[in-house]
Amino acid sequence: MSDFTRAEACAVAIAETFRGDGEILVSPIGTLPAIGARLAKLTFEPDLLLTDGVAFLTANVQPVGGARGPEPIIEGWMPYRSVFDVLWSGRRHVMMGATQVDRFGNQNIACIGDPKKPKVQLLGMRGAPGNTLNHPTSYWVPNHSRRSFVEKVDVVSGVGYDRAAALGEAASRFHEIRRVVSNLGVFDFETPDHSMRVVSVHRDVRLEDVVESTGFELVIADDLCETRAPSDEELKLMREVLDPDGIGSKEVKV
Amino acid sequence: MTEREVVAELRDGMTLGIGGWGSRRKPMSLVREILRSPVKDLTLVSYGGPDVGLLCASGKVRKVVYGFVSLDSIPLEPHFRNARQTGAIEAVEFDEGMLQWGLYAAASRLPFLPTRAGLGSDVMRLNPGLKLVRSPYADGEELVAMPALTLDVALIHMNRADEAGNGQFLGPDPFFDDLFCMAARRRFMSCEKVVPTQDLLKQGSIHTLKINRMMVDGVIEAPGGAHFTQCPPDYERDEDFQREYVASAGDPESWKTFKARYLELASEKEYQEAVKRR
Repeated sequence: MSDFTRAEACAVAIAETFRGDGEILVSPIGTLPAIGARLAKLTFEPDLLLTDGVAFLTANVQPVGGARGPEPIIEGWMPYRSVFDVLWSGRRHVMMGATQVDRFGNQNIACIGDPKKPKVQLLGMRGAPGNTLNHPTSYWVPNHSRRSFVEKVDVVSGVGYDRAAALGEAASRFHEIRRVVSNLGVFDFETPDHSMRVVSVHRDVRLEDVVESTGFELVIADDLCETRAPSDEELKLMREVLDPDGIGSKEVKV
Repeated sequence: MTEREVVAELRDGMTLGIGGWGSRRKPMSLVREILRSPVKDLTLVSYGGPDVGLLCASGKVRKVVYGFVSLDSIPLEPHFRNARQTGAIEAVEFDEGMLQWGLYAAASRLPFLPTRAGLGSDVMRLNPGLKLVRSPYADGEELVAMPALTLDVALIHMNRADEAGNGQFLGPDPFFDDLFCMAARRRFMSCEKVVPTQDLLKQGSIHTLKINRMMVDGVIEAPGGAHFTQCPPDYERDEDFQREYVASAGDPESWKTFKARYLELASEKEYQEAVKRR
């Protein structure tokens, strides 16, 4: 097997979050999520629906960052209004960023500090409240630290498992935080109380580093392993087709 | 109509809906005209971009109703951030789908529309006035009652229009401009080019005629009117200018320079000339 970078390991871990999704719309926010989703479509999830980042569904896969690729084959039209319609129908899996994420998968992209007069204003709620209650949501955090993996988020944009449970069965029946992928490892919520669990660490990362960089107590999976290495085919696809300019590596902190 | 005639209809304290999305197809020539006017204390409803940033930085805004404010290629809007971080404006923050629901409720003359979005998130904490509603059917599900976002005035920008107020988008996404118009009492549409009605279908297919004349009270021909936001296929975003705009938020001196060069000008014509000259 060829050598690979941390960014490439992350992209494969991101692709894995879409395994089994089938014929649904995938909305990856960010460069590595875009690479990961397109990699999944090119390999084990060919039925995924992907947009070109604007309003067209493309049947073939384009490179990220405007690199030259095949002529796009447009298979459908997906303006924002249609995205909302799909979102509410549940046939979607989004991977968003998270400035803060907590033990139960609550996510904050709105602001840091008191929302009345924030210390740092971020994007706003965006679609996080609706996404998390309507279809699977995953998060990509390229800078895993005690500032991003926090005991309690300042503002809840995306709803985590504790709050979803408090809403009761009716309101939470479509809620699923599938996975969190960071620059250090891969995390899920498959524990009795749905608190975050580390399931794999990337190559050259020690479990102690992950624990030390996390602001709450992580559950450690019994079968904790190293994140799956990219296959030669995956590396070739990423380097030659999906990201020939290597911009994905700029997004990840090693 | 002219930009000046539109802005003459605005009053202090009005609620203004602005079409487009982020830094895309925003009615910027109308926004710039507001900056030249004495109008103040506005409430903005927007899928926010530099429209929100410029109006906040110029002290025109009391309250912003939004799901996000972003410049797209530059994720965070620096002037909006300044306004938030100094507590200069009141923020009313919703999920972006809730914003659509609020406009749709207003457009449909309904007091609210139910949605699952918002439940369990801090949208509820930050908007203590938001109420829940229980389904009257057997499921009994409890949902958010997203209230109608009724607008005093809507401003949108289209690629083409005729003089009667039929509007046409030629880019990939119509955004929510039709809903902004339908949610508003007075509606104004700027466009890149006014064409005879019989020429509209020479520009694009029937599906691009998203805005019709009963949704519009006035048309303003404003070539380059969305600058520096994108308005495809007429033009892409002016990324250099957007970077210059972002840099102007760095300190009061930079903002003063930016204002003097681009905003404290007598008209949109002079703005367009200043943009060309740089």
